[in-house]
Amino acid sequence: MSSDNGYKVIGTRPIRHDGVDKVTGRAVYGGDTHLPGLLYGQVLRSPHAHAHIRSIDVSKAAALAGVRAIVTGADLPPAEDRIVDLGEETANLKYMRDNMLATDRVLYKGHPVAAVAATSAHIAEEALALIEVDYEVRPAVTEVRAAMRDDAPRLHDNLTTQDFGEDTGKKSNIASHFQHLLGDPDKAFTEADIVVEREFQTATVHQGYIEPHNATAMWNSDGQLTVWTSTQGSFSAQSQISAVLDVPVSKIKVVPQEIGGGFGGKIPIYLEPVAALLSKKSAHPVKLIMHRADVFESTGPTPGSYIKIKMGANKEGKITAAEAYIAFEAGAYPGAPVGAAAMCVFSCYDIANGRIDGYDVVCNKPRSFAYRAPGSTQVAFATEHVVDELAAELGIDPLEFRLKNNATTGTRRIDGVVFPKMGCREVLEATRDSEHWKSELKGANRGRGIAMGYWFNVGLKSAVTASVNKDGTVNLVEGSTDIGGTRTSIAMQLAEALGIAAEDVNPQVVDTSSIGYTDVTGGSRVTYATGWAAYEAAQDIARQCCERAAMLWETEADQVEFKNGLFSHKGDASKSLNFKELIGKIDETGGSIVGRASVHPESGVGGSFATNIVDVEVDPETGKVKILRFTVVQDAGRAIHPAYVEGQLQGGAVQGIGWALNEEYFYNDQGAMANSSYLDYRIPTSLDLPMIETIIVEVPNPGHPYGVRGVGEVPIAPPPAAIAAAIADAVGVRLRELPMRPDRVLAATHALQSQQPIAAG
Amino acid sequence: MPVAWIPPLMQKLTHGQWQIEIEGETVRQVIENLEARFPGFKKRICNDEERIKPEIAVAVDGEVVTTGLRAKVGKESEVHFLPALAGG
Repeated sequence: MSSDNGYKVIGTRPIRHDGVDKVTGRAVYGGDTHLPGLLYGQVLRSPHAHAHIRSIDVSKAAALAGVRAIVTGADLPPAEDRIVDLGEETANLKYMRDNMLATDRVLYKGHPVAAVAATSAHIAEEALALIEVDYEVRPAVTEVRAAMRDDAPRLHDNLTTQDFGEDTGKKSNIASHFQHLLGDPDKAFTEADIVVEREFQTATVHQGYIEPHNATAMWNSDGQLTVWTSTQGSFSAQSQISAVLDVPVSKIKVVPQEIGGGFGGKIPIYLEPVAALLSKKSAHPVKLIMHRADVFESTGPTPGSYIKIKMGANKEGKITAAEAYIAFEAGAYPGAPVGAAAMCVFSCYDIANGRIDGYDVVCNKPRSFAYRAPGSTQVAFATEHVVDELAAELGIDPLEFRLKNNATTGTRRIDGVVFPKMGCREVLEATRDSEHWKSELKGANRGRGIAMGYWFNVGLKSAVTASVNKDGTVNLVEGSTDIGGTRTSIAMQLAEALGIAAEDVNPQVVDTSSIGYTDVTGGSRVTYATGWAAYEAAQDIARQCCERAAMLWETEADQVEFKNGLFSHKGDASKSLNFKELIGKIDETGGSIVGRASVHPESGVGGSFATNIVDVEVDPETGKVKILRFTVVQDAGRAIHPAYVEGQLQGGAVQGIGWALNEEYFYNDQGAMANSSYLDYRIPTSLDLPMIETIIVEVPNPGHPYGVRGVGEVPIAPPPAAIAAAIADAVGVRLRELPMRPDRVLAATHALQSQQPIAAG
Repeated sequence: MPVAWIPPLMQKLTHGQWQIEIEGETVRQVIENLEARFPGFKKRICNDEERIKPEIAVAVDGEVVTTGLRAKVGKESEVHFLPALAGG
C-alpha cells in the first residue's frame, strides 16, 4: 500500500512491529522480570503529610524470618545541595535523594521512609509493620495560594525565592518567579474597548497509567549494577540512578522493559535506587512493584494551579493586551512546569502587548512531574475561557474571533520568541470547515464548545544503528523506549529512505549498553528526533551501498546515484539495482553494511496546535455532563503513520476529558489523599465516551526531513476548555474550577437560576 | 548586529533597556559583551562551571540552543533568555 503524499511508506498504516507480542501477552513488562534468587521488596511510606523524623528503628523488622535487607535514607550517600544534569531535565541532588528515601523530614503522605527485601512480598509487608518511626508531626499546606503566604508552614528551611537567576534571599515556599513582557500591556489595557479578567483553579491530577512503577535490580559483587524497569528513558534513568547512588554511569546498565503507559510520569525514578541498595545489602536481585495507592500518593502528578488571566480587545475584535499570573504547585520539591505553561498561555494568539508572571511553589503533595504537555492544559483552560467571554461580549462567533487573532508564522510571542512556520490558522480553518462544526446541535441542555491549545515540542538527542541483513531486511536498534508505537513510526522513516517496506525493518529497543545515548521518550520528540536519526542512518547505508554498487559495476562511487529506491549507474542506463537486489550481492563487495547516526537537532523543532469541538448534554437533575460528540483537529506536520497519530489525538482527548470532568486528588484536612484507587479516582472508560473523531492537518515542518511535528502532547491541552465552553453553551454557566464535577455544575446552575426572575404563569 | 532581549527581571542590570544590540558570534561572546557593559549579567545566566544555568534556556532565533555557550549567533540574530523547559 502506498499513500497519496508522494511517499511509498510514510502515510500508510502498517501493523505495528510489536503488535503480536502485545496482543498475545508475550511482551515482557517490568512485573514479568524474574531472576534466580529473586527477593521481593516493599516500601514503608509516611502516614503524615508533613513531619520531622526523630528516629527510625528497624531492629524488630530485621529479626523477622525471611527478611534479607532493610534500607533507609541513611543508606544513600550524604545528600548534597547541588544541581545535576539529567538530560532533558536537571535536578537538585538533595531533593532527588530525599524523594527516594526521606532523611530528616517527610513532606507528603506516601513519602518513602524505609524499604525491606524478603523472600516473599508478604514477609516484606509484614516487616514494614515492625519498623518503628518516631515522627514529630508538623502543619501541612496543600494548596498553592495558602503555600505562598508568608505565614504558611515552610517545607524547606533554606529555600529562598529565585528571581530568574537571582537569589532574593527571601525564605519562602515560592521557589522561583519569572516574568515575560512584550510591548506596553498597561497602556494597551487602558485603551482597550473591553477587558475581561478571571481567576481559575485546577486540581492535581495523575497521568493514570495502568502499569504501576516497578524495578528489579541486581548489584553484582564486581560493582556492576543492572536495573530492569519500566521507564520513558533508559539513559535518563541511568543518569538519575548514577546521581542518587553516586555510582558512575559506566557501572550501571538499565534494561527498559515494555511500558504500560507513562505520559511523562515515568521519566523520574522512584524504586530503582531503593531496589539497588536492597540488592547490594542482600547480594540478591530485588524486585519492587508499587501498589496503586503508592502510585497515586508517591509519584509525580501534574500540579494543581491558580491562574489569573486578563485580556483586552478593541471593538473590531482584535485582542490588544493580555496578562497572566500563573502559580503552580510543585509538590514537595521545586520543579513545576510553570515555564512551559508561560510559553503556551497566549501562544495561540497574535498579541502585541502582554505580561506573564510564573511562580513555582512547594507544598505538601508528592513532587509534581511531567504530564503530557506539562502546564499547557491548565493555562489553555484559563485563556480559552477569557477568549470566549471576549468574543461573547463583542457578539462575535468564538471560532471567527479566534481566526481574527490567531498566531501565525512570524508572530512574536509574549516571551519574545518569533514563531517559525506553523499551522495554527490551518487548524482553525479545518475546524471551521469540518462537518462537526457545521452540523446542527438540537435538544435541551445541550451545548457546543471549541477551544485551542499549543505545545512547543522538543528535539534532544537520539542515536540508532541499522544492520543490513543478507535478504535486504534491516535490524534497526534504537534507544527510545516505545510508549506510543514509535518502533513503527521510526522504522517507517528508515524504510522510506531506503525504498523498502516497513515490514522489512525489524526495530528493537535495547538497553543502555547497546546503543548510543538517547534522551527520554517525552516532549513529543521520538518520531521527530529518533525518526530523523533513522533517516540519517539510512543515508549512511545508502552511501555505503553506492560504494558497493560502484564496486560491482567497476566504476567510481560518484558515478552511482540513489533515487526512488534504485541505485543506478549514471553513465550506463542498463545498470540499476533496487536495495534488495544490491544487498543480495554484498558478500561479493566487502561484507555486511551497518548504518549509524546520532542527532541532536539544533533547530527546526516544530510546535503543534490542536482544537477541539465538543457537544455535551448536562443533566439538570444531577449536574452530570455527558459527552455527545468530540472532534480533535491537529497539525501533525507529516503524519508518518496516520493511525498512530489518530490514536495520540484520541488518547490525549480522553485524558483531557477526565481532567475536565472527574479527576482530582481529593485531600482531607490532614493533607492525606482520600481517593487513591481507581474506584474513587475516576478516569473515563470506553463506556463513558463516544468515538473520538479526528482530523489531521498537515503543515510540514521545514525543520525535519519528512516534515514531522510531534503529536503526542498537544491533544490534551484544549479538552477542559472546550468542555467548559460547551457547558456554558448548554446551561449558561461558565465554570472556572477543574474538575467540573456534577456538584459544581449543579451549584452553578442553581445559582444562575436563583438570580433569574421566575417566569409569570 | 545581534540583538539580545533582556528578561524583565534582569532589566535592573541594563538600566531598563530590554533590547540591546551587542556584538558576538557565539552565545558566549554575547554574554561576555553584555557582562562588559552591564556587570553582573553573566552571573545571572551562567554558573561557576562556565555553563548556562540549568534553570535557564538560551534561544537564538527562536530555537533553544543545544550546544550551550558555543552556539553560533548570526549577524541579525535575536538572543533570548528564557526559563528552561521540559516535556512529558
